[in-house]
Amino acid sequence: MIWINVVIQGVLVGGFYALFACGLSLMFGVMKVINLAHGDMAVVAGYVAVFLTPQLHIAEIWSLLVVVPLFALVGYVLQRTLIQKSIDRDPFTTLLVTFGLSVVIENLLLEFYTANAQTVNVGALGYESWHPGSIFYISYVSLGVLVAAVAVLAVLQLFLSHTGTGRLVRAVADDREAAQLSGANYRHIFGIAAAIAFATVALAGIAYGMQTQFVPTSGGVNLLFAFEAVVIGGIGSLWGTLVGGIALGMAQVFGAHFNPEYQRLAGNVLFLLVLAVRPRGLFGKSTSVS
Amino acid sequence: MSIDTPRREGGPSVRRSSTSPLFALGGSIILIGFLTIAPWIVPAEWSSVLMNFFILVIMATMWNLLAGYAGMVSIGQQAFIGLGSYATLYFALKGVNPFLTIPLATITCAVLAVPITFLLLRLRGGYFSIATWVVSDTALLIIGAVAYFGGGTGKLMPGLQYLSPSQTAHDTYLATWFVALVVVVGTYLLLRSRLGLVLASIRDNEVAARSAGVNVQSARRLIFIVAAAGCGAAGAVLAVSQPFIQPSSVFNIQWAAEMIFVSMIGGLGTIEGPIIGSAIFFTLQQSLQQYGVWYLVIFGSLAVVIALWQPRGLWGAFRDRYHTELLPVGYHLREEK
Amino acid sequence: MSETVLEVRDLSVYHGQLCAVDNVSFVLGQGEILAMIGANGAGKSTLLRTIAGLHHPSAGTISFKGVDLTNLTPNRRVRLGLSLVPEGRRLFSSMTLEENLLVGAYRAKKGPFTIDRIYDLFEWMPSRRKQSVWQLSGGEQQAVAIGRALVANPQVLLLDELSLGLAPIVIERIYALVPEIVSQGVSILIVEQDVAQGVAVADRVHCLLEGRTSLVGAPSELTTDQIDRAYFGSDLTQSSPGEGMGA
Repeated sequence: MIWINVVIQGVLVGGFYALFACGLSLMFGVMKVINLAHGDMAVVAGYVAVFLTPQLHIAEIWSLLVVVPLFALVGYVLQRTLIQKSIDRDPFTTLLVTFGLSVVIENLLLEFYTANAQTVNVGALGYESWHPGSIFYISYVSLGVLVAAVAVLAVLQLFLSHTGTGRLVRAVADDREAAQLSGANYRHIFGIAAAIAFATVALAGIAYGMQTQFVPTSGGVNLLFAFEAVVIGGIGSLWGTLVGGIALGMAQVFGAHFNPEYQRLAGNVLFLLVLAVRPRGLFGKSTSVS
Repeated sequence: MSIDTPRREGGPSVRRSSTSPLFALGGSIILIGFLTIAPWIVPAEWSSVLMNFFILVIMATMWNLLAGYAGMVSIGQQAFIGLGSYATLYFALKGVNPFLTIPLATITCAVLAVPITFLLLRLRGGYFSIATWVVSDTALLIIGAVAYFGGGTGKLMPGLQYLSPSQTAHDTYLATWFVALVVVVGTYLLLRSRLGLVLASIRDNEVAARSAGVNVQSARRLIFIVAAAGCGAAGAVLAVSQPFIQPSSVFNIQWAAEMIFVSMIGGLGTIEGPIIGSAIFFTLQQSLQQYGVWYLVIFGSLAVVIALWQPRGLWGAFRDRYHTELLPVGYHLREEK
Repeated sequence: MSETVLEVRDLSVYHGQLCAVDNVSFVLGQGEILAMIGANGAGKSTLLRTIAGLHHPSAGTISFKGVDLTNLTPNRRVRLGLSLVPEGRRLFSSMTLEENLLVGAYRAKKGPFTIDRIYDLFEWMPSRRKQSVWQLSGGEQQAVAIGRALVANPQVLLLDELSLGLAPIVIERIYALVPEIVSQGVSILIVEQDVAQGVAVADRVHCLLEGRTSLVGAPSELTTDQIDRAYFGSDLTQSSPGEGMGA
């Protein structure tokens, strides 16, 4: 029974990790950019949902309808300006720029919203759960997040495999020059990838806020988990990110079962194991990792 | 055994980039002398400020070695800072004189680094960086779970209370100063040695270096171990100078952030860069700290701006503009006249 | 005198400090096949990539049907009607044969080359369209690469080292397509290391040596000896064995 609970809770949290991480995977797969500010963007989305959308007389639970498109736009603009400029230099520069952005964002949030914990108000729904078999507790919000994660990944996968623009995204990820020679404006495609990444991470941030409390620095530890999920699942595979997220989630729940202090450690150990044994991850393409 | 190649008349010769400018050498000697006797001539608070500065210099020099010379961008060096601190604690708890634990801790970190290299050095670019972060987080979690070390709350370094406070302060200052000197001079000598040339060749064109017979992997491994040892030494003197050791402070990712900020200012690829960068960063940090989080906002913004517009760091830009190099490690090819 | 579709004038391109293309000029007429020949490193591929927009020239101009290409990104040049089949095929390895063609055809200009037309040209393709391209042979991959460029309906097609890494019989089959392509109104600029192949298919030949033009003319006007000297450079053909080796 305990192990089934491990699996269930692992899958639930894994769905969240996948939602959080798919943008990271996309940006790395398409632009080879490691966005160290990725986690912070999720937190910003949370703050926007809590503090700014009420000003539009929208209940916090529906804030995502406004925040997600907004972040898509922000992602596109940020990519075409700052991030593109750093890509044009070298990978080290993108690390530094996104690192600097992360520091600025976290501290600005700290300055304006203090270190007080916040949550996204979902009303009574936040406390209710499903009781299958009277043994397991599956919170409705977590279940909703899992469903949303799977839906988002499915839509994203459809976009990439069945639309012309989606194919261009995959083409640019495969071979940027060849894509240009086939008529793709790669900067615009990069912008689209970033827009998708920012939109999904905004959704993840709001989902996070619905499930638990967040503070300005919450982005950091979730970024680590996102990286781990992506690497475990394999770069370049969206469903791999889901599997990676679930694997990570299960490892963490498994570890926590023995001792709450072992939760994060268990995930780290899984990550290091995967790196040691199969660096390209469970479903990764054998692009250059080493 | 050397092969006698016929010398062509009027061929090029190889020369160090410049003989160390006399003023840099002279200035260094004066500065070294001053810093050695500092605890006896400056106010006590300055001593501890200087110690923190030295620790920063050690870390920055090591990070520069990794990122600037070996091309390995690590955001997990705090793993070895923490391991160095805790190794020091371990030996001190076993009864070793706290100051003797410093070299022991350094060696421990070097030894611990070896198996880690076998995991990390197969990775490139972003994968490497993220893996270093996970390694440091893992070290934090493992150490934090060990009750002998005081778990999450930490422990006090034993063996430092036998001396009077001022004597302890002087001793810890000298220890920190000495370690910093050894690290900087050692790095300088390393980079002026054959290994330094090997590193430069790898950095410039790895494929060409490999085909010239350079064992790239060994060179990288050696540098990683050296950097681990250096950061371990920094952690050791940190433990001795701020004797309450906690996982969250010695394994803090803030150290990585500081190393990055310093390299932004000082530029990568020189010896004096980390030192000058540390000096500027440290001064700014001390003076801006009163403004709370704004000083971090400023630094973050500065990092973005410098990365995009002045990637060689502020010192790098100064160097380019005025064509000076305080502690040269490069080579020039000169046509024989 | 046919209309000029591509004009390159006094073009120089540098790779860092190395001059890869040195003051090269030529024109390509409508319906013409021009072969750039030269040894490895002569600058041919760099020239083609510069025309396609992947490199910036340090001097000179490139105009396509009178339009100056200098500030146009590669994808804009494709929109105008200039397509490059790059050296080494460079197919999208995560995609199927059909997807590669679809990428080339995305928002392509109207013209004779539709995906169905490509399937007619290469009868083996339709049955393999759902296969991943990395499962195809070298010759098949080359065909897909050509197809991907053709579906954009270019007016000028740049072909970079088609024969590299392919068996002679495969090369023959690929080159047999060239007249077919030209008959649809496409002008072709071919880069070839294989002199015989280049000379056989071209209306005119342009030889590069260390970045500079060493010989220009129609194959019928040029002797083998002339081409040899232009290809290798005169000095080598004049020295005799034993000289210049450590005297």
